[in-house]
Amino acid sequence: MNNKDFTSASFQEYLKQKKLMGVRCQSCGTLFLPPRPMCNHCFGEDLIWEELSGEGELTAFTTIHIAPTAMIEAGYGRDNPYCSGIVKLKDGVSISAQILGVDVDHPENIKIGCKLEVEFLERQVGDDNQAFLAFQTVD
Amino acid sequence: MKKKLGRGVAIVGAGMSNFGAFPGKATRDLFVEAFSDMIASVDKGLDPNDIEALYIGNYSSDLFEGQGHTAPFMADWTGLTPRPATRIEDACASSGVALRQGIIAIASGLYDVVLVGGIEKMTDLPTSEVTDTLATASDVLYEIPAGFTFPGFYAAMATAYMDRYGATPESFMRVGLKNHENGALNEKAQYGATIRQVMDSKIAKAKAKGRPEPTWADEMEFMHDDRANPIIAWPMRLFDCSPISDGAAALLLVSEDIAKSFSADPLFVIGTGQASDVALHDRQDLTTLRAAKLAGEQAYEMAGLKPEDIKAAEVHDCFTIAEVIATEDLGFFPPGKGYEAAEEGLTRRNGPKPINTSGGLKSKGHPVGASGAGQVVEIWKQAHGSAGERQAAHDVNLGLTHNVGGTGQTCAVHIFERR
Ligand SMILES: [Zn+2]
Repeated sequence: MNNKDFTSASFQEYLKQKKLMGVRCQSCGTLFLPPRPMCNHCFGEDLIWEELSGEGELTAFTTIHIAPTAMIEAGYGRDNPYCSGIVKLKDGVSISAQILGVDVDHPENIKIGCKLEVEFLERQVGDDNQAFLAFQTVD
Repeated sequence: MKKKLGRGVAIVGAGMSNFGAFPGKATRDLFVEAFSDMIASVDKGLDPNDIEALYIGNYSSDLFEGQGHTAPFMADWTGLTPRPATRIEDACASSGVALRQGIIAIASGLYDVVLVGGIEKMTDLPTSEVTDTLATASDVLYEIPAGFTFPGFYAAMATAYMDRYGATPESFMRVGLKNHENGALNEKAQYGATIRQVMDSKIAKAKAKGRPEPTWADEMEFMHDDRANPIIAWPMRLFDCSPISDGAAALLLVSEDIAKSFSADPLFVIGTGQASDVALHDRQDLTTLRAAKLAGEQAYEMAGLKPEDIKAAEVHDCFTIAEVIATEDLGFFPPGKGYEAAEEGLTRRNGPKPINTSGGLKSKGHPVGASGAGQVVEIWKQAHGSAGERQAAHDVNLGLTHNVGGTGQTCAVHIFERR
C-alpha cells in the first residue's frame, strides 16, 4: 500500500490527502494513533498503515477563550472561542482535535458522548499550507 | 519488592523568595533570595561551604528569559562553584523531581549535604507567549495542533469529571475560594487576598473612578461574573487558574546521621515516588492521573503509611480541577468524592485533611520550576508550627507534597516526618 516512515511527517502528508491514518502492529495486532515506529506492547517493528473509520464520539472537551498564538493567527480568541476535545474513534483509539459544529457560546450544552466524524482543515502557517485534524458533529 | 533508600535523608532548611511578578529580577536574583531564606531557617547554622552539589529544577529559562544552562549560574550566585550543578526539567514537576534526585544522591552515599532548588521567571513574556511556552510541555505534534492550551487540557479533564460524577463548575470555584482564604495569610503569596478582598478592591476602584459599583450578592455571584472572572477554557475561569509567576525555592538536604547537627527538628524524608504517563488522549481514564496514583502508592509503601495518616498536604493545584483529582489520586477521598469533600470544607486548614494551607499554586503563585520545592517549604513550616495564622488546627508531624508535570505525564510525591 505504501512505504512511508511511521512519523508525524507522514501523518501530516496523509492529512493533506484527507486521510486519517493509523498504524497497526502485525505481530500483536495493536492499533496506534498517532503513528509510531515501534510497537510499545510487543516491541515489534513489523507495522502497516491503516486508514481509520473517521467515526467516533467525544470523551472530553473545552471551549478556549485565551488562545495560543497559532489559534489567534487563525482568527480565534476571546471574542471567537473554539472547541478542542478528545475523540474516541470506533476503531478503539483516541486523538486530540478541534471540534466543529458545537455551540461554543453555550458549552454547558455540549454533550460528552456525542457522535462525530472526521473533517480535514487547512490553514496557512507562515509560508506553509498545513492540514489539521478536526471532527464535526453528526446529527 | 519494597523499595527503600540506601540511607536516610532529612531536610534541615527550607526557604523561598516571594512569589509574584518582579520586573528586572532574573532567576539567579530570586534564587539568592530563596537561598538566604533557607539559610535563616537552619536553626543550628549552615556553613555554605559544606554543600557538595546542587540539583536545580527549572522548566524553561531558555524560552522564558532566553537563558539556557542555568544551573551553574545558581551555583555561582550562591558562591558554590566549582561544585557540580545540575538542572532537572520535568515541566511543572521539575523541582519535585530535583528533590528526588537530591535525595537519591545522598541515599547513594555520594554526598552528605545537597542543595535542591527550584527557579522560574515567567513574567517577562506577554501572556500569549507564556501560553505557547507552557504548551511545549504537552505533545507539540498531536495536541497543540488541536488548539489545546494548558488550561484547556485541565478543563477537558473537568468536563470528563463532571460528566461522570455530577460535579459542576461551582464545585471547582469553591476550591479557588478556599485556596485564596489560605493564601491571604501567606506573606509570600502572589495573590494573597481572599475573594471577598478582591471584590472589595474592585468595588473601591469603581467608586474611585466614578464608575457604577458592582453589586455581587456574595462570592459565588462574583465567581459567575463573566467580566470579573472571565472564562479561560470552560469550565475553568480566571480564578480557577494559577497565575503567571516569578519565584524560587531552596531546600537543604543532608544524610540522616548528621541531620541533628544542623537542626533540632529535621524533617525526615520517609517516602518518595515518581511515575510517567502517556499523552492525555491516550489514557483510558481522564478523571484521574495514573502517574500521581502510582507515585503516591510508591511513597506510601516506602513510608509504611496510609493516606489517612497524612496530616497536611500541598498538592499541585495548577487548576482547581487538579486539586480535586489530586485528593482522590492520593487516596484522601474515594474517586468522584473529592469535589464533595472540598464543598464540605474537609480540606480547609481547620478541617480533617488540610490541603494547600499555603494558598496553593492558585493563590501563592506558580513559577512552574519552583513550585515543587515551594510546596516543601510550606510542609516545613506546618511541621514546625511556624506557619503563623495559616497554621493547621492539628499538629502536622506527617506531611505530603504532590507535584505534577504537564497534563500528568510526570508526578513526584514525597512524604516527610518530624520525629
Ligand atoms: Zn505489537
